[in-house]
Amino acid sequence: MTTEDLFEETFLAVTVNKVRTGLTMLGIVIGIASVIALTAIGQGAQGTIQSSIQSLGSNLLVVIPGASRSFGSTVSSGLGSAETLTPNDSNAIAQLPGVAAISPEVSGRYQVIYRGSNTFTTVMGVDSAYPQVRNVQVDQGRFVTDSDVNSSAMVAVIGPTVLQNLFGNSVATATPDMAIGQIIRIKNVDFTVVGVTQSKGGNAFNNQDDMIFVPLSVAQHFLLGSSSYLTEVDVEAQSQQAMTQVQNEITTLLLQRHGISDPQQADFNIINQADIVAAASSVTGTFTTLLAAIAGISLLVGGIGIMNMMLTTVTERTREIGLRKAIGAKKKDITMQFLAEAVMLTFGGGAIGIVLGWIAASVVSSITSINTVVSIGSIVLAFCVSAGIGIIFGYYPAVRAARLNPIEALRYE
Amino acid sequence: MKQVIDCREIRKTYDNGGLKTEVLKGITFSVTEGEFVAIMGPSGSGKSTLMHIIGALDTPTSGEYFLDGKDLSKLSDDELADIRREKIGFVFQAFNLLPRASVLRNVALPLIYEGVAKEKREEIAKAALRESAFPEGFWLYHSNQLSGGMMQRVAIARALVNSPSIVLADEPTGNLDSKTGEMVLRTFQSLNENGGKTIVLITHEPYVAEHADRIIHILDGQIISDSKNRNKRVAKSEAKSV
Repeated sequence: MTTEDLFEETFLAVTVNKVRTGLTMLGIVIGIASVIALTAIGQGAQGTIQSSIQSLGSNLLVVIPGASRSFGSTVSSGLGSAETLTPNDSNAIAQLPGVAAISPEVSGRYQVIYRGSNTFTTVMGVDSAYPQVRNVQVDQGRFVTDSDVNSSAMVAVIGPTVLQNLFGNSVATATPDMAIGQIIRIKNVDFTVVGVTQSKGGNAFNNQDDMIFVPLSVAQHFLLGSSSYLTEVDVEAQSQQAMTQVQNEITTLLLQRHGISDPQQADFNIINQADIVAAASSVTGTFTTLLAAIAGISLLVGGIGIMNMMLTTVTERTREIGLRKAIGAKKKDITMQFLAEAVMLTFGGGAIGIVLGWIAASVVSSITSINTVVSIGSIVLAFCVSAGIGIIFGYYPAVRAARLNPIEALRYE
Repeated sequence: MKQVIDCREIRKTYDNGGLKTEVLKGITFSVTEGEFVAIMGPSGSGKSTLMHIIGALDTPTSGEYFLDGKDLSKLSDDELADIRREKIGFVFQAFNLLPRASVLRNVALPLIYEGVAKEKREEIAKAALRESAFPEGFWLYHSNQLSGGMMQRVAIARALVNSPSIVLADEPTGNLDSKTGEMVLRTFQSLNENGGKTIVLITHEPYVAEHADRIIHILDGQIISDSKNRNKRVAKSEAKSV
């Protein structure tokens, strides 16, 4: 029996009962479509979370003070509350090899007033390195410059959310040029707005749009009351590979500077962006696997549906099998024929499922913020799995058909 | 003349859980090329079992069976399948056509297992249909759209496509009325007389058996008579209506 004949025989056989063929294929269609769609959504979510973390800054290490403890007490006031990081620490870190840029910061939350409007928001004291390290872009005007820091200029750069809260109203959205040049009041101190940053959208940690940036020196003086401690130092490593090494160097350096011998007692913490990405990836990866496993179960059910139909077919066509054997078909011919039917069903179902899954993934892309990714890998996998299911679940019925005794099969009523 | 079928002391015993039933008790006969033989006997006589052995669907428990000089009594299932494909054409009482396939496709079906190319298959199938006097206008009909007599002639054409050594017909008129039955018998007679085909017809009806040249009577697994049919009936020529 040639392959072409086998294909033709199979095609005719599966198209005889179109409704039943369609319903049987539906099981595989749903299984494959859900595998494709769910893995695409999972991978898309992973990508979205990763890019959101990347938008915080590239190759970022965040150094924050440890929890403050009163001497001899075990009561912790929470991470970042201690006053242990100094500008000198920051300068020393800047000297380390592998550090591309460094941004020392102080921050606090204050009431901000502009004429009749007011808002409660985060005010960050930063220097000119901040935009590079934290991936912030200025929409209009300018950012805080080194000369602002040196001269303690009373200037402020506001985020788009602050812009709307202070300058917008329920009728009209505010434009950046409405704010630039205006005087806003933070903790009873007047600041001139010199720039508005671009929107970055919220992320898992804080909303970077709801912020006001002022020169570091000004923040230390006027807002924190002459404190010289830093609340955070952001370090950009030169490359992703260098991150762990830079992290270790900073740890060693700060332990030494703070005179701490036991690393367990460190009065600071370093958050490695790569660790966050890895943690988030592992979460979304687990999630994707879970989704794929659920979809896999429906694929299994679809496979059992195929087997069920093939067994029915074999029983229904017992006389046909008897005839085929009587006119000279060998066991192998019969096995191949029924196996081919099962594989054709699952392959057809798989192909339709891939198209449907793809469509479902694009629909999800267009109505949510998740940018779904249908990978070639998942398509190839889906095809192999559907063919595999055809072979596995079609094998038993096919062998049963081939084993039929032609004499009994011909007599079968 | 060449011997096509040569059965020697064929016995067949079925073992039903220790209860042994001997269905064939030593059958010996032979058929030469071009003969039209009827094997006759009531149900339970063992004629179906004999037909299965002659048709290479089954092997005897003991004895020897030569088809075209080849001993088939010890072959495996797949070897028997080869023999059936190459040397035997079956015509069944229940026609056994593929219902949703065209007449041409049904007739060409055995050639698929021989690996004959599609064009060649159709060519051979058409020749076989002409040989069994099947009207050309119905070649592309589905087999389930045909009358019983027409269906049986499709089955006869199918039995001819592999140029078999014997055409084995098992109660070919059993499902037909007397008129269409007559038509089918006519087809067999003409294949035998004009085409020189060797035909073995199994039946329980004396009337049908009388269309053959030679009648073998079987009773209780034994041949009780084997003689030339002196009053051979000639089936009436083609009825016009189908």
